Amino acid sequence: MQSKSIEQPLEESGYPEKRSRIASFLKELRKNIHYYVLMAPYLIIFLLFTVIPVVISFGLSFTYFNMLEFPRFIGWSNYSRLFLSDDIFSIALKNTFMFAIITGPISYIACFIFAWIINELSPKVRAFMTLVFYAPSISGNVFFIWLIIFSGDSYGYLNGILMNIGFILEPIQWLKDEQYILAVVIIVQLWLSLGAGFLAFIAGLQTIDRSLIEAGAIDGIKNRWQELWFITLPSMRPMLMFGAVMQITQSFAVAEISIALAGFPSVNYAAHTVVTHLMDYGTIRFEMGYASAIATILFTIMVGTNMVVQRLLRKVGA
Amino acid sequence: MVSNTIKLFRMNKKLNRSFTVTFLMFVFLALFGAFMALPLVYAVNNAFKPLDELFIFPPRFFVRNPTLDNFFDLVSLMGNSWVPLSRYITNTLFITIAGTVGHILLASAAAYPLAKYRFFGSKAIFSIVVLSLMFSPHVTAIPNYMVMSWLGWINTQASIIVPSLAFPLGLFLMKQFMEQLPNALLEAAKVDGASEYRIFWSIVMPNVKPAWLTLMILQFPMLWGTDGGNFIYSENLKTLHYALGQIIQGGIARAGVGAAVALFIMIVPITLFIISQSSVMQTMANSGIKD
Repeated sequence: MQSKSIEQPLEESGYPEKRSRIASFLKELRKNIHYYVLMAPYLIIFLLFTVIPVVISFGLSFTYFNMLEFPRFIGWSNYSRLFLSDDIFSIALKNTFMFAIITGPISYIACFIFAWIINELSPKVRAFMTLVFYAPSISGNVFFIWLIIFSGDSYGYLNGILMNIGFILEPIQWLKDEQYILAVVIIVQLWLSLGAGFLAFIAGLQTIDRSLIEAGAIDGIKNRWQELWFITLPSMRPMLMFGAVMQITQSFAVAEISIALAGFPSVNYAAHTVVTHLMDYGTIRFEMGYASAIATILFTIMVGTNMVVQRLLRKVGA
Repeated sequence: MVSNTIKLFRMNKKLNRSFTVTFLMFVFLALFGAFMALPLVYAVNNAFKPLDELFIFPPRFFVRNPTLDNFFDLVSLMGNSWVPLSRYITNTLFITIAGTVGHILLASAAAYPLAKYRFFGSKAIFSIVVLSLMFSPHVTAIPNYMVMSWLGWINTQASIIVPSLAFPLGLFLMKQFMEQLPNALLEAAKVDGASEYRIFWSIVMPNVKPAWLTLMILQFPMLWGTDGGNFIYSENLKTLHYALGQIIQGGIARAGVGAAVALFIMIVPITLFIISQSSVMQTMANSGIKD
């Protein structure tokens, strides 16, 4: 911005308008070349594996493509097939929204509440509790430990306890009974969900200016709830936005946990999600055009929800 | 017990909190803390249980007669198999270290200009990076496979490492952290005649060490836990997590060995987090998305 205003006097010196604009643009590019060089390695990889794939995926969603023949343009028929004749997709969509509507808000609020309480602790205890809550999300897919807990025979930990206290007489097939599968996957998903957003909240709470809180007390803030709404939340709005992005994206992407716990495909598609549907068509049936249409829908859902929630969060405490 | 509870909380002088509320909050936190920690504690205990204790009814949470048998079994089992366990460990270590170090370098190099300068495209690039935080990698899985096969990277470790170098979260956090660096520091170096590359390498990088550790703690567990996905099918390129899956498939007889591998897999990232926690919190304080 600064460089432009400095160069403006030069532009007036005789050159035709258009040419000078291009010239000054090139000049600026040349001046900033080092920045482009620094960014190049990252950007090339980012372009190749994130930006271009999204574009390809969008393009392929209008074609029939089986990896062998050249993609054939078929217009909207992938989408109409998805919404009108694919019964399993509607189950997947319903399950995905169930997961997202339950785990998204709960994990987001849990991240905040736990961060808020942890922030009250003395530094050593705080560090320990942060570790306890954050550990599941980085412990390298050990969520299969829940397989043992929810195992369907009487050696399963939950069944064992319940049978021991006489609550049930026979072991329950937690992961095979449609009634329970969704709930089990949701519990494990919640267990895993205190990730980067949670850390951001704790860090954000620690940086809140103490003097703001003291000023608030003078201005007549009476209790902790008022303090939370009028001071704490508005001052950490950027972290709230960041945390929301993390939790929303995560809550729509349930797949690995569902596969690890309920199998692929799960009994009667009880834990089938948009992502597992995408895997089904993309890596097993090789209907790439159709799978791309699923991916495009997933992209739209995730980004759309994020945009809406960002807009809502701007209103917090305002 | 009661006095301990009070001591655990810093008492806020301005707003008096009733003892009941403080106590309830403590109970609440302890309850959920147990929910979070117990599966991991259970995993640790399982690794030291002799086989007869693993299948006791009713199941027992804590180990009675701790033993290292599971670890010995693991070593002998994998020593006898076609591909030795050390191979899986080396593969995982290579992928994880190359992916993490490379990611920190590339993301920092890209974050520095974005954080400190305005130039043609800088705003657009950052917006696209923020946008890409809003969807998960599943969206790009299929075209990624095509790009990989076009590059001839199927069944190479590059197929796991290279895409991970440009994960958007790392660039985002690094850029937010670098914005806090004082401009005077950079200008002083420029006056001394240092090139942009030199400024980046000898002034910016040493000053963002907390952010390195944060990128590490986000990148490391992801790569450490990878099972090679759809890209790797040669046995001698497979990862530790894949081997764990194979062992668990072995059923009851392998339950002890499975528990030992699980402990090994989870202990490494957790240890790293313990070491880097204070740096991570420092970086996360700048993580917000600004309007």
